[in-house]
Amino acid sequence: MAPPNRRRPAFFNLMQIQMPVGALTSITHRVTGVLLALGVPLLIYLLDLSLQSPQSYEQVISIFDRLAFRGAAIVFVWGLAHHVLAGIRHLLSDIDIGSQLPAARRSAWVVNLGGIAVALLALGVLL
Amino acid sequence: MRKTFTGLRAWLVQRISAVYMLFFILFFLTRCVVDPPHSYPAWHGWMMGRSMSIATAVFFAALLAHAWVGLRDVILDYIQPIVFRAAVLVLLGFGLTALGVWVIRIFWMQRG
Repeated sequence: MAPPNRRRPAFFNLMQIQMPVGALTSITHRVTGVLLALGVPLLIYLLDLSLQSPQSYEQVISIFDRLAFRGAAIVFVWGLAHHVLAGIRHLLSDIDIGSQLPAARRSAWVVNLGGIAVALLALGVLL
Repeated sequence: MRKTFTGLRAWLVQRISAVYMLFFILFFLTRCVVDPPHSYPAWHGWMMGRSMSIATAVFFAALLAHAWVGLRDVILDYIQPIVFRAAVLVLLGFGLTALGVWVIRIFWMQRG
């Protein structure tokens, strides 16, 4: 058996690595997952505040009216849309729908662009 | 806990929780478009109703389980020293549990 090559090339310049469309879908699925997880405490906080009393409910409404909140909400809507679409793509490939490369590349485009389309829709509704 | 959310079971938890959350979100959005709860009494009455509070609590249980499996995968991939990794996993476990307790308090505990 050949000895392991200890001078294997390590190439981690992310700017120069070829990213096929499916890889972009995949890493964005992960990044949006972490982003959404970071939003969970805020979501629970707002739910709590909205239910405590009429006064705290009004407080939540006034938070919703802030531009900064709406901007953040659009980012989260994009994250959720991408994450959900990529998740559905995963579930379909679990049951062998679209796991051939050409179909997988097509559905990867649908996920990436679909997430952006939903974000634009949210932009129209929220701003 | 060690074997509860790993391997094949984690895979299953990830998918079942995802499907439940998807249907809950669709239901929630549909209701908010069709019959938006515009006032505190309407919102409070809807959310605190028996079936909606249970459905919402189950949503958060699914969300926290889903987040555990996903963030665990991320931590296992990127955090290298084993001791540090274990510490981060424990912190995550505590954090998610605390969020779960918070949700239960919102729906079922007396407020002072």
